[in-house]
Amino acid sequence: MSLNAYITEETIEGSDDGPLAGKTVAVKDNISTDGVRTTCGSKMLENYEPPYDATVVERLKDAGATIPGKANMDEFGMGTTTETSYFGATKNPVDEDRVPGGSSGGSAALVAAGDVDYALGSDTGGSIRCPAAFCGVVGIKPTYGLVSRYGLVAYANSLEQIGPIAPTVEGAAELLDVIAGPDENDGTTREEGEDSNYGSAARGDVDGLTIGVPTELVDGADDRVVETFENALDDLRDQGATVEEVSLPSVEYAVAAYYVIAMSEASSNLARFDGVRYGHSGGYEGNWNESFAKARSEGFGDEVKRRILLGTYALSAGYHDKYYKQAQEARAWVKQDFDDAFADVDVLASPTMPILPPELGESLDDPLKMYLADANTTPVNLANLPAISVPAGEADGLPVGLQLVGPAFGEETIINAAAALE
Amino acid sequence: MSDSVDADEVEHVADLARVDLDDDELAAFADQFGDILGHFEALEEVPEVEAEPDLVNVMRDDEIRESLRQEEALENADDSEDGRFKGPKVS
Repeated sequence: MSLNAYITEETIEGSDDGPLAGKTVAVKDNISTDGVRTTCGSKMLENYEPPYDATVVERLKDAGATIPGKANMDEFGMGTTTETSYFGATKNPVDEDRVPGGSSGGSAALVAAGDVDYALGSDTGGSIRCPAAFCGVVGIKPTYGLVSRYGLVAYANSLEQIGPIAPTVEGAAELLDVIAGPDENDGTTREEGEDSNYGSAARGDVDGLTIGVPTELVDGADDRVVETFENALDDLRDQGATVEEVSLPSVEYAVAAYYVIAMSEASSNLARFDGVRYGHSGGYEGNWNESFAKARSEGFGDEVKRRILLGTYALSAGYHDKYYKQAQEARAWVKQDFDDAFADVDVLASPTMPILPPELGESLDDPLKMYLADANTTPVNLANLPAISVPAGEADGLPVGLQLVGPAFGEETIINAAAALE
Repeated sequence: MSDSVDADEVEHVADLARVDLDDDELAAFADQFGDILGHFEALEEVPEVEAEPDLVNVMRDDEIRESLRQEEALENADDSEDGRFKGPKVS
């Protein structure tokens, strides 16, 4: 039975040698591949073939990786289940009646099923960590600026990063080594990823490490998730780590702040899809406003329309201060809360997702409920920090992920700690 | 405006965003937007935070770099004419 994890299966060969020689790496379908269609899971881009490679794709090819195809995803990355894809939902290989998480659900499902060695996803509010948790694999959302976004089709550019998904912490870290580092084509990249050696950081040595647990990120979670999480913390204590409770009062506002900012940025970024230079055409009847509105009506699915409209609303005259400006205040507060916490602890731990993987079809009717599932992942994007989701165990036969958050450019710290749970 | 949004308001925003919606979509979105915006209203409780702006503009002189050839730039367009994109009429 197919998982429907690929949108396009077309092999892109890398160079003959390099650190990823002989490895297969699936690439999420919002990352540009020269001459291989890149749909973003949307009818809008059903036939779009980029004329260039994203920087991360060039780096994969230079490292010797083979790309077997483009992975399914929520449309333009907007979703937590991979069910908003125009190309149909992806199934979770652990339990095919359930969602793989999203939006990088195809990437995580392919890794979990063993169909590829590794995959790339992108994470705007949890889109790497959520599917990694639901499928029982490892996913890293890098510090903002560590990995180039050149060639990533933008959804909310102040929040998103491309990152690795792999069966092991060491594998994810090695893939991160390949893609990290400055890029002259992305002015937001920083020097910190140059000549990294994250792969060798996966030691699992937590003796003496202080782990903070934000109570706000545990309280609302499903009991079965919390029990698995607590058992994993015990495991870390047994290995010499100190675990202490911390409080991050700002994160209660993170989901609201995240969605206001992400939707506002989306309404601006997706304005480019007018059907003229690329994408689904609205034809040549009527004037340009009518043609553009037709192209967008036919090309975008419900969730994308919902976010564009809410973003337009949040930025419109009379509402900008109430929503967008307040969301930016909340973002600054979240950053400050994390900074304060890292003065006392080395890493922060929480369940990656407060719920177990939902059944297919369960989440689509209530968008707000789906947004609230991102409670533990969105604060990290607002604060531009690195985080990893690592399998913590199972509850009712379903995978539970544990999220470790580090200070900015503290990838080595979270990679080391995560390896202690394997 | 608070927790309720009517179809006219959704239609106005959809018009601004250049997205055609039919009556069923307008009604469904109006319903959902009330819930979602109601949740967003919690942001009013967020205190003002003293934050250093950590982003600054960095400028450089324009320089000529390699870019897409004209044919490459046009190859995903629905239609083109004399090496240019062809769009719908302006009015």
